[in-house]
Amino acid sequence: MASHYFSKIFSQSPFTAMQDHMEIADQCVGQLVPFFKAVLKEDHPKAKEVYKEISKLENKADSLKKKLRLHMPKGLFMPVARRDLLELLQVQDTAANQAKDIAGIIVGRKMVFPPNVSELIPDYVKRCVDACKQAKKVISELDELVETGFAGKEIKIVASFINELDSIEKDTDKMQIKIRATLLKMEKNLPPVDVMFYYKIIEGIGEVADISQRIGSRVELLLAK
Amino acid sequence: MDHVTIYIILAGVLGLFMAWGIGANDVANAMGTPIGAKALTIKQAVIIAAIFEFSGAFLAGGQVTSTIRKGIIDSNVAAQAPELLIFGMLASLMAAGIWLIVASRAGWPVSTTHTIVGAIVGFAAVGLGVDAVSWGKVGKIVMSWVVSPVLAGALAFFLLRSVQKLILNTDDPIANAKKYVPIYIFATGFMIALVTLFKGLKHIGLEFSDAQNYGIAVVVGLIITGLGMFYISKLKLDPSNDKDFQFANVEKIFSILMVVTACAIAFAHGSNDVANAVGPMAAVISIANEGVVTQDSPMPVWILLVGGVGIVLGLAMYGKKVIATVGSNITELTPSRGFACLLAASTTVVIASGTGLPISTTHTLVGAVLGVGLARGIGALNLSVVGTIFMSWIITLPAGALLSIFFFYFFKGIFG
Repeated sequence: MASHYFSKIFSQSPFTAMQDHMEIADQCVGQLVPFFKAVLKEDHPKAKEVYKEISKLENKADSLKKKLRLHMPKGLFMPVARRDLLELLQVQDTAANQAKDIAGIIVGRKMVFPPNVSELIPDYVKRCVDACKQAKKVISELDELVETGFAGKEIKIVASFINELDSIEKDTDKMQIKIRATLLKMEKNLPPVDVMFYYKIIEGIGEVADISQRIGSRVELLLAK
Repeated sequence: MDHVTIYIILAGVLGLFMAWGIGANDVANAMGTPIGAKALTIKQAVIIAAIFEFSGAFLAGGQVTSTIRKGIIDSNVAAQAPELLIFGMLASLMAAGIWLIVASRAGWPVSTTHTIVGAIVGFAAVGLGVDAVSWGKVGKIVMSWVVSPVLAGALAFFLLRSVQKLILNTDDPIANAKKYVPIYIFATGFMIALVTLFKGLKHIGLEFSDAQNYGIAVVVGLIITGLGMFYISKLKLDPSNDKDFQFANVEKIFSILMVVTACAIAFAHGSNDVANAVGPMAAVISIANEGVVTQDSPMPVWILLVGGVGIVLGLAMYGKKVIATVGSNITELTPSRGFACLLAASTTVVIASGTGLPISTTHTLVGAVLGVGLARGIGALNLSVVGTIFMSWIITLPAGALLSIFFFYFFKGIFG
């Protein structure tokens, strides 16, 4: 029997779908840790392998995003504004895109990093990936927020997660400054085009943390209603 | 076979058919909710529906049946042409039955209430004359169609807000759930019992004083609360359930409450919708036997029995499938939301039944769902579908009226 008219009132909750999407995006970003491990060891075949995994996860995130958008027609009545939710989804997806872009450039150029900079990169990448994990923690609270009607104790919990996210992002900013300073001291002795790409990648990794922090800000906007 | 016997047989068959149709299709909306929230299995839902739809129909269905039977048509005009009234009521039953089948098949929103009222007003206005319709009463009924979803929405909104404030947003939701859910259970049992006692039981000869009514209602409430607390204590509240979703255990406690409110909505629905089937049937049989229906004619109790049995048969034979279909798609409704919707809807419907007003249980339920949505309680609601359901009366009323007018002249042609 076809779908009954009464049950058509209830549409699939977008919040569970948002959480699923963030899970994939976070997995994608998380792959940057093994990726950079391989790159810094100059193990290019392994780096390419991890890049393929990143690419696969980013595609999965994309198709989840498209599916979610299809299930969010204008006539949907939700506890939050439809545009706010769609924009949050876009930022989540950007995190995965960013991870793929960085990895793509490095694999394409078979980039090798200079010694002093290479020492600082693993912790830097780890901290940026932490930012994304914290953003995922925030997004995981979405269904609890729906349950409590976006009020009460749950808001304080989510606010504290977002504060933690902000402080992680500040850490990554400090680390980025340190790496750029280190690179600055060496740049005159390195091929100029390579140097520009080193700067680009350093900025790109930091961008992952920035995007994660933006996810937190957008959720804060949802709470503000 | 003389005409009177034919009328009675026709009325009985058509009335039973309508009741069967109500059980097969209409019950599913109310009972799909607890299934979607996973508070009941389909088997349990059918058993609960069978028991409580019948009880509601038999114990509390008298007032609304009275309205359908003789409240819509002016008795003075009716007295002048009793045979026409018989044709009209038979026609209304035919019209409502056919529209029920057509709309269900086509997937359109079905309101047996709107159809039967439209049918009766239709044949009366056209077949007997505009003066034949008690427009004052019809006006009240139409108003109740507007008020009931709004009232249910407001009730559901405040119920969910209270749940959020008292239980979900507190520091220890599970402890507060164990504390307050029994109170909600008591409120459900008390309210249904009270409205029924005050308004519904006259036709089976039970009448108590006000104080006795309150007393009995309190006792009923306490018994149900006791049962509820027993089942809550038997729940296995495993802390690991809360890993992915903090409120998993709290919602489990609400499942018990939802079973109670599922009984309430089945009772309420039976009390209001049985009239759509047996109201016209009762009119025909009364006139056929006594020649006239006055405002004072008492309602034969066995009519409600037949209605109740018809509903249960429809439910058992076909309604199971529809309930499963509806329930399988309402998966986003957690028990705390489902409870708010069902308690709000059943309160509204039972009050309407007590006041003798035929309302649409489905519209009332949709109003309650909107109320919960407004309290930011549901992930996503399709407003376009809600709009379609609410606007369906634009087609239902004339469809019922036209079909009824057609069959009125059809019967008049054969028997008149």
